Amino acid sequence: MSEKKAPGSVSKLLNASWLRPFLLLVMIVVGWDLAIRIFGIPAYQIPAPGDVVKVLYTDWPELLAQSWPTTYATLLGFLASAVFGIPIAMLIAGSRTVESYVYPLLVFSQSIPKVAIAPLFVVWFGFGIVPKIIAAFLLGFFPVVVSAVQGFKSVDPDMVDLARAMKGSRLRVFCAVNLPHALPAIFSGLKVSVTLAVVGAVVGEFVGSNSGIGYVLQRSIGTFDLPTMFAALVILALLGVILFWLVDRIERFAIPWHVSQRADVFIGS
Amino acid sequence: MTAAMRTMSVDQPSAHLRVVSEQSAQSKASGINLSGVSKTYGTGDGQVQSLRPLDFHINDGEFFVVVGPSGCGKSTLLKLISGLLAPTSGEIHVDGKKVTEPHGDVGIVFQNALLLPWRNILNNVLMPIDMKNLSREKYIPRAKELLKMVGLEGFEKKLPWQLSGGMQQRASICRALVHDPKIMMMDEPFGALDAMTREKMNVELSRIQRTTGKTILLITHSIPEAVFLADKVLVMTERPGGIAAIYDVPLGRERTLDAMSNPIFTDLVARIRKHFMTNSALD
Repeated sequence: MSEKKAPGSVSKLLNASWLRPFLLLVMIVVGWDLAIRIFGIPAYQIPAPGDVVKVLYTDWPELLAQSWPTTYATLLGFLASAVFGIPIAMLIAGSRTVESYVYPLLVFSQSIPKVAIAPLFVVWFGFGIVPKIIAAFLLGFFPVVVSAVQGFKSVDPDMVDLARAMKGSRLRVFCAVNLPHALPAIFSGLKVSVTLAVVGAVVGEFVGSNSGIGYVLQRSIGTFDLPTMFAALVILALLGVILFWLVDRIERFAIPWHVSQRADVFIGS
Repeated sequence: MTAAMRTMSVDQPSAHLRVVSEQSAQSKASGINLSGVSKTYGTGDGQVQSLRPLDFHINDGEFFVVVGPSGCGKSTLLKLISGLLAPTSGEIHVDGKKVTEPHGDVGIVFQNALLLPWRNILNNVLMPIDMKNLSREKYIPRAKELLKMVGLEGFEKKLPWQLSGGMQQRASICRALVHDPKIMMMDEPFGALDAMTREKMNVELSRIQRTTGKTILLITHSIPEAVFLADKVLVMTERPGGIAAIYDVPLGRERTLDAMSNPIFTDLVARIRKHFMTNSALD
């Protein structure tokens, strides 16, 4: 029935894709609130959403100030994993010798729990930002390498032969064929990496730091201040979402030609 | 030895179905010449011979078609002549110069158009120019002219996925021609197209060859396609690939689809088919 008449502005708004996650979020929050009321969950186990919002409102300046160190550590760790990860992936994809030496070791190192060795970085580098960056880097590094290796390796060998037969130098062929071809895979790795870098930074703050959202989190757990703890979690989630969105925007700008982007970019063509 | 093989495998040829005799030595200064070229992949126990020693010659401006069962090393042959692979034994000469690395004087068309999805059609056609680091300005008019020749005028700014398979393949032919190479090599160029488009492309390719006068080496496993297009047809044996026979196709250069009902055409197709029927290895 409703398809027959022109959709009203309200239903148009309800169908906007950016609104849908918010609607789901609202439903979750309502469910959360209802669950607390119905099952009578005490506030020291799960705080009510209203209390969390209150903390977010009253402590906002403090929370904002604490989220900057976390953001810096995340971004620097993430950039480091991109700057080191992509060239290493290039080497691994380009040479079987390098692959046989480096790749198994990389997987091996990845199996070590970062949380377990994070205190070591505090011992080595003190309580500053460096251990956090390293923790963020270590978590964000692996997905970039794995995706980029796959991207570099999935180039059609005929395509490379074609470019080589045109007398293209190695570098020229790489820039014209291999690198653009690998970009979609690299970006999917970067998107996973940026969210993991947030986790890494928080792990770094857990083990030894006196600033950052991770520090707020740990302090509030210590004092059973659950509303503050949940507020900190909300901020971390927001941080992850914003950084993910940024990488997504850059991806759209960098590879408008890719299948995953077509629907948005080439409307009406 | 190869000459003996050829006469053995083909029974008494009639006048227009002759097996081409050994090339005379004086023509080796021009065209493509292969002497004793073989290729073996791998080392030690895992050795696989792909090509038996081959000797043949392709003249300048000739439309040379290689036909053979799959896995007989046709594509290896193409890579050897373009310098992408080094032969295990023997020598390849293009215009008297020995091929040791990619010489850049070839345009290649593969079964898939292999256009770069991030470049528009015009920029895809200009790719050899970028690879060879030549001035784009000088070649843009030529690229546009080629696109016009294959009926892609007005599609310069489109991205590859916006074109049909046949159109993409025509663009890739333009790319193979843009730097004005001496030789054009095509590895089953129309294998991925439907039968109707394929016939049209055959007529078109025949016309392109007439107008440009390029030396074309085309690989196919369609016998009618081979005979329709070729000045000479080289029939290959099963792996490891060797020469079963080389036929002249005396149909003249101006060919339309009517040529397919010419008795010379049908005789030749039947004769070439015989090579494979005995082995029943054509897929």
